[in-house]
Amino acid sequence: MKLLNGIRNYMYIKLKNGIVYDPVHGINGEKRDIYIRDGLITRKPPSNVRINKTYDMKDKIIMSGAIDIHTHIGGGKVNIARMMLPEDHEKDLISKTPLTRSGCGNAAPSTITTGYRYAEMGYTACFEPAMLPANARQAHMEMADTPIVDKGAYAMLGSDDFLLRMLAKKNDQAAISDYVGWIINATQALGIKVVNPGGINAFKFNQRKLELDELNKHYGVSPRDILKALTRAVTELGIPHPLHVHGCNLGVPGNLKTTLDTIHAVEGMRMHLTHIQFHSYGLEGDRKFSSGAAEIAEAVNKNPNISIDVGQILFGQTVTTSGDSMLQYAGHWHAHPKKWVIMDIECDAGCGVIPFKYRDESFVNALQWCIGLEIFLLIDDPWRVFLTTDHPNGAPFTSYPHLIRLLMDRSFRNDILSTINKDAATHSVLSTIDREYSLYDIATMTRAAPAKSLGLKNRGHLGSGAVADITVYNNNKNKEKMFSKPEYVFKDGELVVHKGKIIKVKNGVTHTLRPEFDKSIEKTLGSYFKKYQTVSLENFKIDDDEIVEHGNGKIVVQPCM
Amino acid sequence: MINNRKRILKKKIKIVNTTIRDVTCPFCGLLCDDLVIENKEEELKILKNGCSKAIMGFEKQAPENSPKVASNEVTLEDAIDKIFQILKKSQTPLISGLGTDVAGMRSVMNLADKTGAVLDHMHGDALTRNNLVLQDLGWIMTTMSEIKNRADLIIFAGTNATKYPRFYERVIWNKHSMFSRQKNKLKLIYIGEKLNTKLGINSNGEKPNILNCKTEQIGEIISSLHALITGATIDVNEVAGIKTKKLEVLATQMKSAKYGVIIWSPADLDIPHAELTIQSFCEVVKYLTRITRFAGFSLGGDDASTTSNNVCAWQSGYPLRINFNKGFPDYSPHHYSTHNVLKNKEVDSLMWISSFSTTVKPPRASIPSIVLAKPDIKLNFKPDVFIPVATPGVDHTGQLFRTDNVVSLPLKKVRKSLYPSVDYILNEIIKRY
Repeated sequence: MKLLNGIRNYMYIKLKNGIVYDPVHGINGEKRDIYIRDGLITRKPPSNVRINKTYDMKDKIIMSGAIDIHTHIGGGKVNIARMMLPEDHEKDLISKTPLTRSGCGNAAPSTITTGYRYAEMGYTACFEPAMLPANARQAHMEMADTPIVDKGAYAMLGSDDFLLRMLAKKNDQAAISDYVGWIINATQALGIKVVNPGGINAFKFNQRKLELDELNKHYGVSPRDILKALTRAVTELGIPHPLHVHGCNLGVPGNLKTTLDTIHAVEGMRMHLTHIQFHSYGLEGDRKFSSGAAEIAEAVNKNPNISIDVGQILFGQTVTTSGDSMLQYAGHWHAHPKKWVIMDIECDAGCGVIPFKYRDESFVNALQWCIGLEIFLLIDDPWRVFLTTDHPNGAPFTSYPHLIRLLMDRSFRNDILSTINKDAATHSVLSTIDREYSLYDIATMTRAAPAKSLGLKNRGHLGSGAVADITVYNNNKNKEKMFSKPEYVFKDGELVVHKGKIIKVKNGVTHTLRPEFDKSIEKTLGSYFKKYQTVSLENFKIDDDEIVEHGNGKIVVQPCM
Repeated sequence: MINNRKRILKKKIKIVNTTIRDVTCPFCGLLCDDLVIENKEEELKILKNGCSKAIMGFEKQAPENSPKVASNEVTLEDAIDKIFQILKKSQTPLISGLGTDVAGMRSVMNLADKTGAVLDHMHGDALTRNNLVLQDLGWIMTTMSEIKNRADLIIFAGTNATKYPRFYERVIWNKHSMFSRQKNKLKLIYIGEKLNTKLGINSNGEKPNILNCKTEQIGEIISSLHALITGATIDVNEVAGIKTKKLEVLATQMKSAKYGVIIWSPADLDIPHAELTIQSFCEVVKYLTRITRFAGFSLGGDDASTTSNNVCAWQSGYPLRINFNKGFPDYSPHHYSTHNVLKNKEVDSLMWISSFSTTVKPPRASIPSIVLAKPDIKLNFKPDVFIPVATPGVDHTGQLFRTDNVVSLPLKKVRKSLYPSVDYILNEIIKRY
């Protein structure tokens, strides 16, 4: 905005005649003009207003910028994966250009390349789902070095000794909520995640599995207790995003039952079940491994308080990075190549990093592929299903266009189905499902729904007042091609990608929350930190300056509900 | 000189006496963050929780120094111009030392990408020993707070941790612990040569278990323990001078520990192929984890080595040592050591960065040399450009990674400084491109 003789002189951009998909406003493929004024979408200006730049979008598809609600892009375990896997990078080295920095891609890409590649795919926001409070500073450093896209993170709780001590002492819920509120503020988080509730802690006491109602042998607290306390805290603090739950028994055949029990455990409170594909396994058949997708989809359809993301697996080499040290340890036998890392971290949490190759000739992997797709296709409401591969755990995020094609193109899906392990294909109902996602469904699950779930009111849609994060595609029958290479991507109203290539580099913002809580919790925390931790309470907290320094972006505080 | 500095500072700023709490000490990889420091007319005194390294780092007043080009005093501006000229002419610069904070390292990465430089840290050998193990078989590791609260058996392998003055106070003989860890039941074992084990004596006067052997033999002992733990028998009476009976007792103790930790310091394992010794630690830890809980812990991180390794990894995909000369990061930890690329004349300019300590000196090389170092560094050669730099955590704010690669801490500015930060200088160079 320039001031000329006291008159506001806005910078206007017009996207003319595009075919718009904006589920927040019920716009389903209608020809519309979109106006951008100083980085925000605006109503049509009066006819005497000068439009600085007009783009002819005839026959092009326009959606808001895509949002990835669950992608491991920053923090210690991702960096362990990078350091551990030089062979992963060698296949995808990226040279510097006059505009962009060098780096590498694939399963454990460099932060800078991550930002470029997300933007080149039309994504304008990415959320790191597993920020350990003890490692939050590093997660923010890495996210700050991830250009173009907006960022944010969910703080991981549930295996931290402080919370478990509170639960063991039967502290009242108000104190627990105060602690959760303090954590969100201290770590600059946008939500709360729980991973194998209490399981990471139990593993430190040498427990090797933990069922929903099994007790931590030191604290006498069950995963169910933890889930209830945290869902209540999230609700009471008014955190927009429901508790983000990586449930018990990830990857364990038969875990379908645990997942259904988990849905019932929160007694109607809102909950997001993440990478549910890994939690939807039955015990039927000769190999005692079967699809639980139908039961899971039915439960999700029946319980409107539940949202999910899928965590689709796709075939190829990747690396699994998870906070779930207990089950990552259990899975280390399958490491490919044969190397792996487990960490216990700061009486706070842990992590496990296991490289893995999903093979289409393997019965288990092929069935996992089917289960993910079945879940996508059997859940009716695209507002409660988000498109993820749990990057990089199911597959690198760069495979999203391929996944979108699998959802939108039944014959393509069936073609691939016919090439995978035959037994797995016959054990799956996938071939009988006719459903194909529409562009409107895709716009819902990759834009409107995640923005709504995260409480980002001015993202994920194209209405007046929205931040002008906009992706423009050339319509193509081959949806993989279409979604791989947008014609234009605008970030905050600036053109950053043209024909699938970065043309401008800028920094996105970091979304945070500042829920209110009773500050007297710091007294208890202060004494706990002094006695048992190895950093001071004051230094544990992350200052705004630490995130915005070095010119790497700014903080946007989202309102609580 | 000191008086002169005070006079300059007094002119510029209003002097106030202040006490600063929760100060993070950047002078070793432990990053103790409970220091209380008094600033009295820009002279610092540690009031609480100092150690010998902290006192040296915070309290020692350095003589004044100024930017120099070929030994002649110049303005900062001129010195930066000269650096730019050197780098502009250089085909492959070597940026080494890398004793700087996260912000400084971010700028190192940017400059290295621009100039096609080779990157190495002054403790690159130690970093590489660990990195190779991570890349070959991986490991199970733990962090300081876990040791403090959970460990009931600790093996010091080839180190006595005395280079980390408060290690024992903070995580071995700590007053409080969550899980009724009884200090006097804590089993300490030392394996290696010439280890000062006095700090391992508990308050009852009980001595730790000491297995004396050469550093080269530590791997042999650990592998024998590994064999015994798996149930194998050893047909010799002793291994590396240690009675097999003694190893059998230790193997049983390791199996019955609830949370055992093997601590090593890669810098102390200064032997050829130390990575194989470290690998033997990691493999016995992995095996023990089938039965009980065990983990490794690496002591290091001095001069921001874990910081530079981490920043390098997230920005390029690779840990140190890398070369940007082809336009993309090329990782080769043996090839791109400072020693190697200088010896083989693979680089044609050198930039040395060291803002925390003066113990490791920049190498003397017959190529244009730039030194960004503490004002009191004593050099045995005249670099083409020298700029005295501020110390992160003393002269300006910043962030560093702790030895465990997990925790990072904010650094405070506790005094005014005459000197620019490494980050500032590098950004000024980058702006000139």
